[in-house]
Amino acid sequence: MSDHAYNFAYLDEQTKRMIRRAILKGIAVPGYQVPFASREMPMPYGWGTGGVQVTAACLTPEDVLKVIDQGADDTTNAVSIRAFFARTAGVATTEATDQASVIQTRHRIPEAALTEGQILVYQVPIPEPLRFLEPRESETRRMHALEDYGLMHVKLYEDIARHGEIATSYAYPVKVEGRYVMDPSPIPKFDNPKLGGMAAIQLFGAGREQRIYALPPYCDVVSLDFEDHPFVASKADHACDLCGSEVSYLDEVIADDRGSRMFCCSDTDYCAGRRAAGHRGRLSPEEVA
Amino acid sequence: MMERALSILSKEKPQDGPLLQVEGLTKFYGARIGCADVSFDLWPGEVLGIVGESGSGKSTLLSCLAGHLSPDRGRVIYAGRDTVSMAEPERRMLGRTDWAFVHQNPRDGLRMGVSAGGNVGERLMAVGARNYGAIREAASDWLGRVEISPGRIDDRPRQFSGGMQQRLQIARNLVTGPKLVFMDEPTGGLDVSVQARLLDLLRGLVRDMGLAVIIVTHDLAVARLLAHRLMVMKDGRVIEAGLTDQVLDDPQAAYTQLLVSSVLQV
Ligand SMILES: Nc1ncnc2c1ncn2[C@@H]1O[C@H](COP(=O)(O)OP(=O)(O)OP(=O)(O)O)[C@@H](O)[C@H]1O
Ligand SMILES: [Mg+2]
Repeated sequence: MSDHAYNFAYLDEQTKRMIRRAILKGIAVPGYQVPFASREMPMPYGWGTGGVQVTAACLTPEDVLKVIDQGADDTTNAVSIRAFFARTAGVATTEATDQASVIQTRHRIPEAALTEGQILVYQVPIPEPLRFLEPRESETRRMHALEDYGLMHVKLYEDIARHGEIATSYAYPVKVEGRYVMDPSPIPKFDNPKLGGMAAIQLFGAGREQRIYALPPYCDVVSLDFEDHPFVASKADHACDLCGSEVSYLDEVIADDRGSRMFCCSDTDYCAGRRAAGHRGRLSPEEVA
Repeated sequence: MMERALSILSKEKPQDGPLLQVEGLTKFYGARIGCADVSFDLWPGEVLGIVGESGSGKSTLLSCLAGHLSPDRGRVIYAGRDTVSMAEPERRMLGRTDWAFVHQNPRDGLRMGVSAGGNVGERLMAVGARNYGAIREAASDWLGRVEISPGRIDDRPRQFSGGMQQRLQIARNLVTGPKLVFMDEPTGGLDVSVQARLLDLLRGLVRDMGLAVIIVTHDLAVARLLAHRLMVMKDGRVIEAGLTDQVLDDPQAAYTQLLVSSVLQV
């Protein structure tokens, strides 16, 4: 049941129209950061107010919403945002990736391939990929406008010079449709190959920085690299200790108070689905017991 | 790969006329004259010195020529293309390929947070170089050419002396093999002995690479050492121009006579 003290999905209709215009512009110019007038939301910026506003502007009463934080449906952040929309929009929620029509995410792309008709909304802390190299906003805008991206490779060059390889492992910069360089938000670079050619619409919202950008379905997305230091989508060299998956992105977690470690899928829905289907990992409870 | 990057640099048609033609170049700051009615031709491989006292319009002229300031009147034709009316992306591309700009203060021309190798490699990457090994090799080669030990390729400019920073700025500018180099008081902030070494190095590079140079200086000794021709500016206008030795040894304008004699007394 929706809470009638609020407008549907909290934001007023005029604000949602304004955000939808920014979203449409973002889809029309893939990878381009569209400024928008970010609203105060009843939660701190670190909680993804940009993503929340984009989600609010996309939701319809028929939607089924999934919210993940680092791949998990059950963190405080994910639970709160899900509860927020259940209350203000009255939409159904789910943890199943394939049941959701809108998925708001922080720092991950689900393992299961998304499909046409789904919308993936990313929470973005810093939308400007050139920010750490060029602090002046006026200059970074000009660089985007003129496709003056030499500096982006300078950053990768410095990585290799210092660490022997491209050490950037999160928020790994990409070039979209051969035009705009884009920060994919702090997803692990493991997820980068899923950005391109995805059937779902991908929307990125940065609340504090007041920017929205987007990737339309089946968009061309290339991770920046050098010929002799090609991009590699790496993950921990283990299988999931719970479901045995060898292809999913893993989190390393401390398993007990003696500090022993285990690896498990960061995508909790994917992991649970595999276990339900009978897959087992090294430390699956059934086998330990 | 590096060839592909560099081939972008040399696609314009063969040069038979002047490299740069300047006509009636004028820039106002409000009502104040920055520079006025400046006209000259610069030929490939030629070094033109611009001298004049402080406030005479030297830097203003240089900035208009290099496309950093847009002039109020006049034309600047580079290799047959009008750089005043051309679109900004095209002008920026020229700035990364055919042209180079050496600032008086290396901090204005270097990225202080980026290693020496990254500073030198930036222009190559900006025009499409994508092979790390080749970029590093070019950077290392250029550090050697400006007498910086290639062993310091991963050091930041902050760890370099003023003279080394200036030489790094020169390497960073010349790595893409430009044809025209703008320099604004390149030896300005340096000790005399450091200046002499830098001038020596510059002279060698200009000769070996056949660079055309427009160099602003108030130091007539620098002008005499580097420039084939001189333009003397006063109140934003060129009041005398000619071969360097002619202008310095037999100045015609009263102002130039003063300028030359005041330096000779030092
Ligand atoms: N940004 C500016 N705004 C207003 N006036 C300016 C500006 N820059 C320069 N001027 C004026 O334009 C004139 C020419 O200045 P410019 O800096 O070109 O001289 P300069 O010959 O390079 O002097 P210096 O040897 O001191 O560097 C001076 O009168 C100066 O005060
Ligand atoms: Mg000056």
